[in-house]
Amino acid sequence: MSFDSLPNKDEVDPEVASFIQMESQKAELQAQVHKLADVCWEQCVDRPRDKLDSRTETCVSNCVERFIDTSLTVATRFQKLIQGAGNM
Amino acid sequence: MDFSSPPPGGKMDSATRDQLMSQVKQQIALANAQELLQKMSEKCYKKCISKPGTTLDNSEQKCIAMCMDRYMDTWNLVSRVYAQRLQRESNKMG
Repeated sequence: MSFDSLPNKDEVDPEVASFIQMESQKAELQAQVHKLADVCWEQCVDRPRDKLDSRTETCVSNCVERFIDTSLTVATRFQKLIQGAGNM
Repeated sequence: MDFSSPPPGGKMDSATRDQLMSQVKQQIALANAQELLQKMSEKCYKKCISKPGTTLDNSEQKCIAMCMDRYMDTWNLVSRVYAQRLQRESNKMG
């Protein structure tokens, strides 16, 4: 959800502004959980059974952690690449 | 939602503000539920319906029910692990 089209910030009730900021942050986190659940479901869950077995739970948990590691690694390396290109 | 005409000076009375806030929360909860619904339909169709027939048969319906439950388990687990990781990362930052 985007709240970019809010009117001039000076005109917004500060309490409402901080509420909106909090809520959109929460919505962003939730969107990230949807994304991760999608990725990890595809990779970890084969046939849905009567419960998530411990192997699947471990896989999901590792999947989340390694996905975040990957994002961080990509971001760091990308930043270096950009800086390198800037120096040319 | 209408944010286009704030009163002059930007202050709202508290009833208006409460109403606005609960409306925003409701909209977000709705969007969240819709996203989950859409994902479950997509994922469980893929898992449970290998050859679409003329109806959903019994075993397909059972599979869908099971799949939904497991998808929600997975969603909750992901949410928990993700929150713990964020907590750890923010502790690292000090």
